[in-house]
Amino acid sequence: MQAIRRALYSGTREGVFHYVTLLAALGLVALVVSIFLVVTLQSAPAWRAFGLSFLTTSIWDPMANQFGAVPALLGTVITAVLALAVATPLSIGTAVFLSEIVPQSWRRPLSFVVELLAAVPSVVYGLWGLFVLAPWLRTGLGQLLADYLGFLPIFAGPSLGIGVLTASLVLAIMVLPTITAISGEVMRGVPPELREAMFALGATRWEVVTKVILPSSKSGIAGALLLGLGRAIGEAIAVTMVIGNANLIPVSLLAPAQTMASLIVSEFPEAFDLHLSALLLLATLLFSITLIINLIAAWFFYRPSQHVAATAKGSVWAKLLRKGS
Amino acid sequence: MAQGVNIENYSFWYGRTQVVKNISLSAPVRQVTALIGPSGCGKTTLLRSINRLHELHPGTKAEGRIAIGEEDIFSAAVDPVDLRRRVGMIFQKPSPFPHLSVFENVAAGLRLHGLAQGKEVAERVEACLRKAALWEEVKDDLGRKGALLSGGQQQRLCIARALAVEPEVFLMDEPCASLDPVGTMRIEELIRELKHDYTVVIVTHNMHQASRISDQTAFVLSGELVEVGRTKEFFLAPQDPRTEAYLTWKIG
Ligand SMILES: Nc1ncnc2c1ncn2[C@@H]1O[C@H](COP(=O)(O)OP(=O)(O)OP(=O)(O)O)[C@@H](O)[C@H]1O
Ligand SMILES: [Mg+2]
Repeated sequence: MQAIRRALYSGTREGVFHYVTLLAALGLVALVVSIFLVVTLQSAPAWRAFGLSFLTTSIWDPMANQFGAVPALLGTVITAVLALAVATPLSIGTAVFLSEIVPQSWRRPLSFVVELLAAVPSVVYGLWGLFVLAPWLRTGLGQLLADYLGFLPIFAGPSLGIGVLTASLVLAIMVLPTITAISGEVMRGVPPELREAMFALGATRWEVVTKVILPSSKSGIAGALLLGLGRAIGEAIAVTMVIGNANLIPVSLLAPAQTMASLIVSEFPEAFDLHLSALLLLATLLFSITLIINLIAAWFFYRPSQHVAATAKGSVWAKLLRKGS
Repeated sequence: MAQGVNIENYSFWYGRTQVVKNISLSAPVRQVTALIGPSGCGKTTLLRSINRLHELHPGTKAEGRIAIGEEDIFSAAVDPVDLRRRVGMIFQKPSPFPHLSVFENVAAGLRLHGLAQGKEVAERVEACLRKAALWEEVKDDLGRKGALLSGGQQQRLCIARALAVEPEVFLMDEPCASLDPVGTMRIEELIRELKHDYTVVIVTHNMHQASRISDQTAFVLSGELVEVGRTKEFFLAPQDPRTEAYLTWKIG
């Protein structure tokens, strides 16, 4: 406080500015910490009641006050991993296209379109999933899978349209812009001399991409994928709209299931007492998982052996802050 | 096999701006040709035309003829990717591939073109590092990342990397610009060695360097070739008053 007063009265405008921004930053940190604390404290009763069995049992029965999160945990992991499996080749391909192949003059408008996709509210993706993708999957791809591969447990029918597959595909589309934008930024940060050096050795554009651009941006790309994973794990509204919200261990991709986030969204309005506490325990878990994933992503962007140019790192983070992820 | 470079009535445009104006110049085989001239006069552009690297920028236009040996590099039969293998290039900024070790940097071109297999790779890498006068300094730790070497070592690593694909011509764009005097001296020694086997075209801002290492010097001014001659005569008795002015201003 002493220091703040001194700065304010010393008349140096930088001093004031410095402390105002510092206060804002500290305020933000305090806010995040307090959210975490409140959620964690509220989840304590559920933790006391179930302990580790919360993570190892699969009955979720609010009437009987019995809560086990296995189906939601598995649903979260499976949808997020599937989403990433679909989104990774598409978004890295798009990023390569935008950063290495498209002529300079097209790059900005196309990148802008990608960033616009990131700005579409989740509920819009959810609506699209529900009214466009789900009907199409029900009679199209989903029906085909059930008809021809239905003997495999993971494609067991009936094809409902909503379920794990639909949720994963919606998530894939939602994380695509994030991964594309960030990994594209990382690739553009590869110094032009490296590209030219490879071209000068007699490499084709494809070889430049696979032997220079991708390897030297791999840890930035890993970071981008992790951020996408974090987003997929945390996404609530869109998933709730298309996953069917059934407390089932997801075996068939065509069957309804739920994720941690979708479970919280769908049950929170009617929950109280231990049920509410159990949902908040899920929230604590979700928060911790996404926090860890984001920290690992940050490590990938900042680790010392990373050769992506400092400028690219800077803009990656500028982008993240703007997106507020 | 080393080949000479023959540039005939060559012009180049970035969009509407002509930066190389009808230049004709021969770089004789197994000699060093130095390109000098003020900043922005088009030296780099001319140099990068010889391996068609400029084509990577959209909106450029080239006219005229450049031949390596007898072959016109712009003829439809020439694939620019293949041409670039035959023309080694060293850039102003040392650019070893940062994700690769010293060994893999040199092997990169071998692997790219399948020029060596198995044990042969190691032999070729060693030979190239020796030729680039870097072997003694790196032989104990070939697995170290190439980007961890000093600037001068990195530049020699780039030379070794270019040597590995057995080019016919070496293009160097201010290869010593970021090096200290010792690093510069070693590269100059290397160039004098290289010219026994290769044709070298080098851009330099250092007049002393041009006079020390080149057999022939060409002076370019605003995209035009003002004068070209044997290096000794070029510096002692320039024919064109503009060359004279540039040299006096530069050296005096
Ligand atoms: N990508 C580009 N697009 C448009 N103009 C360019 C481009 N690259 C170079 N130029 C222009 O072409 C002219 C010649 O450039 P070039 O790089 O060949 O000069 P240089 O003689 O190598 O100069 P320096 O000694 O500073 O390296 C300059 O006027 C430059 O501004
Ligand atoms: Mg230049």
